[in-house]
Amino acid sequence: MTGRKPRGAITVEAVHMTMKFGDFTALDDVSIKIRAGSFHALLGENGAGKSTLVKCIMGFYHATSGEMLVEGFDAQMTDPKAAQELGLGMVYQHFTLVPSLTGAENLVISRADVPAVIDWRAERARLDAFMQTMPFSVPLDQPVSRMAAGEKQKLEIVKQLYLGNRFLILDEPTSVLTPAEADEVLGYVRAMTRAGEITVLMITHKFREVTAFADEVSILRRGQYVGGGKVGEISIEEMSRAMMGAAPEVSERNRAETVKTPVLTLKGVKAVDSSGLKTIEIDAVTLHSGEILGIAGISGNGQMELMEILTGQRRLTGGEIRLNGQPFGMTRAEARAHKLRYLPEEPLRNACAPRMSVAENLAFRMFDEGPGGRSAFWKDGRAIARNATALIEAFKVKTASPAARIASLSGGNVQRAVLGRELSGEVDALIVSNPCFGLDFSAVSAIRDRLIEARNTGTAILLISEDLDEIMELSDRILVMSEGRVSFETPIETANVTELGQHMAGHG
Amino acid sequence: MRLMLGAEAVVIPLGALLAGFAAFSLFLLVLGKSPVEFFALVWKAGFSSAFSWQNTLSRSAPLVLAALCVALPARLGLVVIGGEGAIVLGGLAAGVTGLAVGGLPGVLGMGLMAAAGMVLGGLWIGAVGALRIKRGVNETISSLLMAYIAIALFNHFVEGLFRDPGSLNKPSTAPLAESLRVGDMPFISAHWGVVAGALACILCWILLEKTTLGFAARIAGDNIRAAQVQGLPVGPLVIGFTALGGAFAGLAGFFEVSAVHGSANGSLIAGYGYTGILVAFLARHNPLAIFPVAILLGGFEASSGLIQRRMDLPDATILVFQGMVFIIILLSEALYGRFAIFTPAYWERR
Ligand SMILES: Nc1ncnc2c1ncn2[C@@H]1O[C@H](COP(=O)(O)OP(=O)(O)OP(=O)(O)O)[C@@H](O)[C@H]1O
Ligand SMILES: [Mg+2]
Repeated sequence: MTGRKPRGAITVEAVHMTMKFGDFTALDDVSIKIRAGSFHALLGENGAGKSTLVKCIMGFYHATSGEMLVEGFDAQMTDPKAAQELGLGMVYQHFTLVPSLTGAENLVISRADVPAVIDWRAERARLDAFMQTMPFSVPLDQPVSRMAAGEKQKLEIVKQLYLGNRFLILDEPTSVLTPAEADEVLGYVRAMTRAGEITVLMITHKFREVTAFADEVSILRRGQYVGGGKVGEISIEEMSRAMMGAAPEVSERNRAETVKTPVLTLKGVKAVDSSGLKTIEIDAVTLHSGEILGIAGISGNGQMELMEILTGQRRLTGGEIRLNGQPFGMTRAEARAHKLRYLPEEPLRNACAPRMSVAENLAFRMFDEGPGGRSAFWKDGRAIARNATALIEAFKVKTASPAARIASLSGGNVQRAVLGRELSGEVDALIVSNPCFGLDFSAVSAIRDRLIEARNTGTAILLISEDLDEIMELSDRILVMSEGRVSFETPIETANVTELGQHMAGHG
Repeated sequence: MRLMLGAEAVVIPLGALLAGFAAFSLFLLVLGKSPVEFFALVWKAGFSSAFSWQNTLSRSAPLVLAALCVALPARLGLVVIGGEGAIVLGGLAAGVTGLAVGGLPGVLGMGLMAAAGMVLGGLWIGAVGALRIKRGVNETISSLLMAYIAIALFNHFVEGLFRDPGSLNKPSTAPLAESLRVGDMPFISAHWGVVAGALACILCWILLEKTTLGFAARIAGDNIRAAQVQGLPVGPLVIGFTALGGAFAGLAGFFEVSAVHGSANGSLIAGYGYTGILVAFLARHNPLAIFPVAILLGGFEASSGLIQRRMDLPDATILVFQGMVFIIILLSEALYGRFAIFTPAYWERR
């Protein structure tokens, strides 16, 4: 098909799509039609095949069989360029921006018609005019590597609109946004669909977003289309049953009384932030055993840096950190002796070796554990294999084989694998950042159960999260980070969302 | 099935090598020469007789050790291409030490010479690793520049301070005592450096595949952030692996001086460090594959003289050949994971 409609939303249809990886069928004869100007939600548990489906639509994968129709015409999605020419654009689950370039540079170079010599001043003026039409601002002059997840996600969406795409696929666009930010972004996206400017297909795990914003929904399970329809005509119950095969059990969470003794203390901690211009200053924070200390904040206010400080990736310029009363240098030996574990956000980027196998990635913590707590010299291949089988089983990691590269797993399954690695065995202290990013609801509730359970048995948990609901649900005490500082503290009993929101926004 | 998974690492480089042969044959045809004659001569000069095997093997010994200097840092994701510098300085250290230990029994003296070569080579390439960790200097560029410095230093000392007044038109250090010359092995007419190279390969393979250090290095090489979050000692690993690689290159310098040349002189700067890069890439940085690959390329190097004479080709021809193979090897990197037959999924689901 050649004639590209000059403006306005377009209809996209996938017919009998099947995608096999080797002998593994990730998509099984799926047909789905996304009408022009609709806001279509795609639901499914982790590993259901959602990302695979949209990658086929985008020409990123070549479907084993099946066809694509754009505006009713046969479309050959031979490669992502073909999709782009037809006005199809996608925001991937993993960021695709060039980290070393600024926001503005990323936008300009993403255009297909970018000239060999770029007149930056003219481009910049055009860009500023374009940004005027955007409902939210993104820092255009900062390198992407210095942006927090939320900022990057907004930039990804802005990029698609800037490219003039009229069919947008959003792969879990709000996992990194605060609820208010998510509402803002999705509200705007919906307004554009209503106005007939764009068509949207959104992958999500949040029913709230489906019911509040989407017009239609399709549900995948184990690679097959298992249901869907108009939002409003299909209940949340029906949706979740189709997704999981059965209604999920909701377990009661009980908070036990726990003994609270200081475990991790930060005193006068100072570090340079990721932009290199501002400082992070944390005067005094104490994490106790048997509590979940939630750190709330809008992304980009120093939470990422705090995590880097605590994992030893960012140098302190002042202050001290103590673990169980002893100075803590963030080494492997100390972390092991004090049973401290980390769960960084975006695990594939921060906690995995993407080209190594699932089994090897699962072994990162145990591979050098020798008898008597000393570190071993010889690698024990059999112990690594045993460890992998046990964790894959216990944490329900869906993988073709333990020998598969971890990067071939679905986003949620990578998360599960890392969780399994870090949460097994005895854990006295746990530092977590956005643990439920990209997980389906049953996995989310399983993880939250685990966190509460760990807390009840005396584990000290520092929970850094941009999801305020999560913070409210899990924490015993809440700190708000704003502009690199702890600006507010409250026990859960007196916490209220409005007040927290104000502190998060910097108006204390 | 495991066989098939491993096969990818053999089939693709082998295919690339054959493609390199084909491309080079075309090059020869354009020059009006016969590729058949070329490969026949390589066979004749490199592999057909006991004498040619001796020539091939003694050339492959330094190639093996130089390739390890690339393969070990590669495990950490570093591309070190300056092994030549460590070979040259290692040879110089060995030659000079040899003059000082002339009175000691042969084996002890040779041990000291080898140790001197390894220490200097290790320090040289270890410094590349340290620059990378402490100052963020790109290791590829720094190792290359340091190789030039090493060669300049070598020339400076051999033509100055350590020059044997008796070496008239070819500046050299004083000849080594006969007791300090590494000899030939029994039965096979090649020097002991071949055995040392084979042992080094096995040791490196054990280090990389069977120890926790090798595993930690792979994690750091694949994703340094994950390694840091795990608290792995990334800095010491980088410095240790680069230094060990440099030590092997220095050992190559020792064998060249003690077994081949008899003194440290300009013949040491023979480009083994650079051919070693090709060996390591062809072997996909697998120490066990390095050995056979080094023998193959050693054979090509050994045939260079004969080809020059018989086919009337310049001696740079072998370099053209190596360059072509290298480019095709680099291109073939894009093929890994593209063939379903080599993936675990393909084999587990049947
Ligand atoms: N390149 C690949 N090679 C092999 N298997 C793959 C590949 N990509 C995906 N898979 C497998 O296909 C299945 C579906 O993956 P997909 O990424 O589409 O899931 P998803 O629905 O997006 O899940 P999530 O919510 O966790 O992101 C998974 O079991 C995954 O392991
Ligand atoms: Mg996905």
